[in-house]
Amino acid sequence: MNLLVCGVGGQGVLLFSDIIARIALASGFDVKKSEVHGMAQRGGSVTSHIRWAKKVYSPLIEEGTADLIVGFEMLEAIRYRYFLSPNGWLIYDPLRIDPLPVKIGLVERLTDEQLANRLRLTTPKNIPVPAFDTACALGNPRVQNTVMLGALSQLLEFPQEIYEDVIKQTVKPSLVAINLKALTAGATLITEHRQ
Amino acid sequence: MEKQLLSGDEAIARGSWEAGCKFAAAYPGTPSTEILETLSKYPGVYCEWSVNEKVALEVALGASLAGVRSLAAMKHVGLNVAADPLFSAAYIGTGAGLVIITADDPGLHSSQNEQDNRFYGLMAKLPVLAPADSEEAKDFVKKGFDISEQFDIPVIIRLTTRVAHSCSVVNLTERINRPTKGYEKQLSKTNLLPVFARLRHIDLEKRLDRLKEFSETTPLNRLEWGNPELGIICDGVAYQYAREVYPDASFLKLGMVFPFPDQLVLEFASKVKQLIVIEEVDPFIELLVKSLGLKVTGKNKLPRTGELSPYLLRQSLAPAPDKTNLKPEPDLPNRPPALCPGCPHLGLFYSLQKQKAIIGGDIGCYTLGALPPHNAMDTCIDMGASITFAHGADKALADTDPRPRIAVIGDSTFFHSGITGLINAAYNQSNIITIITDNRTTGMTGHQDHPGTGKTLMGKETVTIDLEKLCTACGIERVVTVDPYRLKETKKIIQQIIAQKQPAVIISRRSCALIAEEKGQIKKIDPDICIGCKSCLALGCPAISFFDGKAVIISTACIGCGMCVDICPKGAIS
Repeated sequence: MNLLVCGVGGQGVLLFSDIIARIALASGFDVKKSEVHGMAQRGGSVTSHIRWAKKVYSPLIEEGTADLIVGFEMLEAIRYRYFLSPNGWLIYDPLRIDPLPVKIGLVERLTDEQLANRLRLTTPKNIPVPAFDTACALGNPRVQNTVMLGALSQLLEFPQEIYEDVIKQTVKPSLVAINLKALTAGATLITEHRQ
Repeated sequence: MEKQLLSGDEAIARGSWEAGCKFAAAYPGTPSTEILETLSKYPGVYCEWSVNEKVALEVALGASLAGVRSLAAMKHVGLNVAADPLFSAAYIGTGAGLVIITADDPGLHSSQNEQDNRFYGLMAKLPVLAPADSEEAKDFVKKGFDISEQFDIPVIIRLTTRVAHSCSVVNLTERINRPTKGYEKQLSKTNLLPVFARLRHIDLEKRLDRLKEFSETTPLNRLEWGNPELGIICDGVAYQYAREVYPDASFLKLGMVFPFPDQLVLEFASKVKQLIVIEEVDPFIELLVKSLGLKVTGKNKLPRTGELSPYLLRQSLAPAPDKTNLKPEPDLPNRPPALCPGCPHLGLFYSLQKQKAIIGGDIGCYTLGALPPHNAMDTCIDMGASITFAHGADKALADTDPRPRIAVIGDSTFFHSGITGLINAAYNQSNIITIITDNRTTGMTGHQDHPGTGKTLMGKETVTIDLEKLCTACGIERVVTVDPYRLKETKKIIQQIIAQKQPAVIISRRSCALIAEEKGQIKKIDPDICIGCKSCLALGCPAISFFDGKAVIISTACIGCGMCVDICPKGAIS
């Protein structure tokens, strides 16, 4: 299984990836996860490659072989979609975070329609998951990544309880309740999309 | 046996602990920082952030000679700073085991170059081990301590970003407790007066000969027989990519790349039809293979710059049709890293931009101030080189160029290697202005303590070095402190000091926005008052954006620092 996660520094991409990798390990797989820390995290584009199988060699996913891409932001989802395999799924948050050169007017801002058109060209298997808006509605924008996790849980074959267990082990006790709500909300977004 | 997912850095820490290491020193630097951050949480190991990498290696050598297993960790360019003790340590050897970690950064994710530190083994005459994943990182550090003691020599372990920052499965074991051997005076070993050093050099060559024999038979270098049509020699993460792309080939996987196992390589080469060396960046293994008179495919096909990947390997060696019709989209707006909302550096660079000055930059988050919208620095060379660049330019230009010469350097970088440059500037009387961006932490690498923070890596309260007094003692009479959140005042002081034309230090002091405890009220822009003049965009704050002719503040990003309030000419921000 090749899973690529992308987003913007500060969105919780790395914690999200860490949770998926741990779940894969607990399910008996060999796992590798690769990401880059440091300067890139300062508001830059962030990716994490997660691979699990009986035996995994390369920590990097090869272009055109990702079974799943999770995009935390539209521009980043488009940026990395060329990793997707022809049969892969792309789930993405239709959120926009303009890069600084766009904000300060050095680079032209693509319209929502232009971005949406590009995404539609990706693959028929794409699902928008408004995780950020859902997290805001739940009262904490920082649980965007847990909403995404809930959505992803519907596309992977691990049992639902395992996600809940890992959340209970990873987040602060005071934040467990809202994260469990976010997890359910994310799962619901996918089931609703399928209907 | 417990299994855990660990990064290469975490595995180095775990391996050091299991090996009974009792002393570790480092200066933070991506991608090596997490080694000491992790190791400092294990019991029974003294860990410190040293002031720089030279100090880190010297104190680790001191601890080794005093009889405890010791570790020094740094990023690749840090080993340049530590090169002086590195070469001496090879002659001297060790007391208890001494392992030196160098974390190289192919692809320059967070560095100023992509030098290949395997060459330090060749030049300093030290063994080099190159793990390919976290399990090997843990194993190799333990073997490194053993080799170090068996051969009386420090051992280099070379990681790359992809090994240091990838997580893979590691089997944990328990710590081996070792009694401290204690210090014993051995003048002819530890004192490199020429009379002793000549003998130590002869001894070092003997130690290297024995290590070369060891390299021929150690399980660190592993043969994996497959199809004899294709033989691949590789090390580090390149092995993982090669196994992925050529699952059926025969492999000679080198875990110990120096001293080089000549006989093993000759034997492998004689049994395969085509020989390829797959390695990242420089042709290190390739040069040594070619020195044996072997014909080999390597950097004539593979890139010498950047990271490798399975895709790049395939495209370089046996081009095949792409697996997807999708392509990277070069016309998408890039997302370069940026300073954070409310970052105090924003205030400084806002006040510094448009000064017609020659400005040397340095290494840290604030290096980003060289980019738009601030365009506030000209250089980024190496740790501490802002001050020395400005000094050199000042002496060269003298009265021929009216532009002031300014250096911008972070607090941690100043302690690391700015102090010597400042003393040099005072002593040799250049007319430069040094701005220390004192955000009370080592920001870029994730908030490590340093001599100005009053805390150690192990969480103990300690002396806080007084920057103002330190700069005065370095010979600079004019030392001023400003709060970069106060834009008008900061700009006024910078202009005053430029006008005075005398050496000065400006300390721009305000805690990093990510660690600051007090948060202000989140700001809003009144769209009826905003005239769309874009003045606020010059601050470069990622929380401010511009839509449909008006500036807006992204409320989920704003931390309420209030700098933009002072900038708006119409008072639209509150």
